[in-house]
Amino acid sequence: MDANAEPTRQLVRLRGRSYVAFVFSPVVPVIEWLADIDATLARSPGFFVGKPVALDLSALDLSTSAIAHLIVSLEKKNIRVLGIEGVEPGLLTPTMPPPLSGGRVCAIREAEPEKPEVKPLTSLLLDQPVRSGQSIVFPEGDVTVLGSVGSGAEIVAGGSIHVYGTLRGRAMAGVNGNSAARIYCQKIEAELLAIDGYYQTAEELDAALRERPAQAWLEGSIMRITPLN
Amino acid sequence: MAKVLVVTSGKGGVGKTTSTAAIGAALAQNGKKVAVIDFDIGLRNLDLVMGAERRVVFDLINVVQGVSKLSQALIRDKRLETLWLLPASQTRDKDALTEEGVGRVISELRETFDWIICDSPAGIERGAMLAMRFADEAIIVTNPEVSSVRDSDRIIGMLDSKTVKAENGERVNKHVLITRFDPARAARGEMISIDDILEILATPLLGIIPESQDVLRASNVGSPVTLNNPSSSPARAYADATRRLLGETIEMMVPAERKGLINLLLGRRAA
Repeated sequence: MDANAEPTRQLVRLRGRSYVAFVFSPVVPVIEWLADIDATLARSPGFFVGKPVALDLSALDLSTSAIAHLIVSLEKKNIRVLGIEGVEPGLLTPTMPPPLSGGRVCAIREAEPEKPEVKPLTSLLLDQPVRSGQSIVFPEGDVTVLGSVGSGAEIVAGGSIHVYGTLRGRAMAGVNGNSAARIYCQKIEAELLAIDGYYQTAEELDAALRERPAQAWLEGSIMRITPLN
Repeated sequence: MAKVLVVTSGKGGVGKTTSTAAIGAALAQNGKKVAVIDFDIGLRNLDLVMGAERRVVFDLINVVQGVSKLSQALIRDKRLETLWLLPASQTRDKDALTEEGVGRVISELRETFDWIICDSPAGIERGAMLAMRFADEAIIVTNPEVSSVRDSDRIIGMLDSKTVKAENGERVNKHVLITRFDPARAARGEMISIDDILEILATPLLGIIPESQDVLRASNVGSPVTLNNPSSSPARAYADATRRLLGETIEMMVPAERKGLINLLLGRRAA
């Protein structure tokens, strides 16, 4: 690379885009109009925060200082004006919002509060044994293993855990607060079982349960481990 | 078609190098052209077990770095003319190995050899990962005790995820080789049973090699146990394992305690 070469400059690409904005059209007397704004804000405070607002001053005949005063009053109410229309461009100073023209009427959709998307519960199937050291994390639903889960492996599921083999590692079900999740296995030799945060280690496992098909479930805040047959 | 076989375990001291030498020699005796590669950079042992430690000029690191040609580094065995050794470096460490370099070496070996056996170091770090990276087949050497079994399980998981074959959606052909099997302790129930090992590892069994003094004697004289004393029980077990590797079906013999007639009569335990 030649250090003395002129850095080539790309021409800045200018593109056009249209946006939808609220239009405020103040009327005389302006003080009363501002009071109306206050009343609206009292009902739904912060309604205009973050929303683009254009100011249509065609119904008024304001001087530059009056326009400046109006903009400041609106800013105090957390209403930021993105542009001004209906006014002589010469009246606007460089620090004021720029003049707008060519606005078209359009309907403003009421922004609906976003409903939290309920994701359908899915299920993960593993058709091979889970080896020691492997960590299966699946917060979206159930995990089924067609094989054993090795000592030192862990399965973390948002739903239930089904092991068609020996569970020797750690199984943590219902991690997203699903206390109805259960853990099932054909032979229980687990190091740790947890459902929705409540856990039990191998030490506390009843000796009579070992090496038998079992299920673990939550009864209130107590983990119950019962044989499956 | 050349086959790249990795002999790995996770756990240290279970018999990887012994098995690499024994099986490599057995394959060569079966007429195959075999190269054994020592991947244990800095702690090399394969050259000792093969009896080649006084003939090492160039090593795997030299070839990877382009300092020497592969043909300059390969050492031919004095007893079997189709058996070759590519030793590791003793002075460098694992960081000198690169995946690209190892890949090149293995590709070059594939052109002239039938079997390329990679003797993996213990652990799950770079050396072990590179030894298994290009493998088509794997022998997981396991002692019949719990910590070895768990480590073998871990390494099997890595064979299924960190190898080139696994990344391409294929599977590395895996075999479990149980070594240092002590029939006396097994009879007393002091060892984890073979069935339990296979249930945990869920991988086919290649062979059971008994614990034996012959292994130590062989490595002390610098010879693979299958060459040094072919009639000893570990040598015969390795020979069977090798034939299974080549596709033969042989009945699995669980090593039993050997009792001489006198000992049997006098109720004495086997030496």
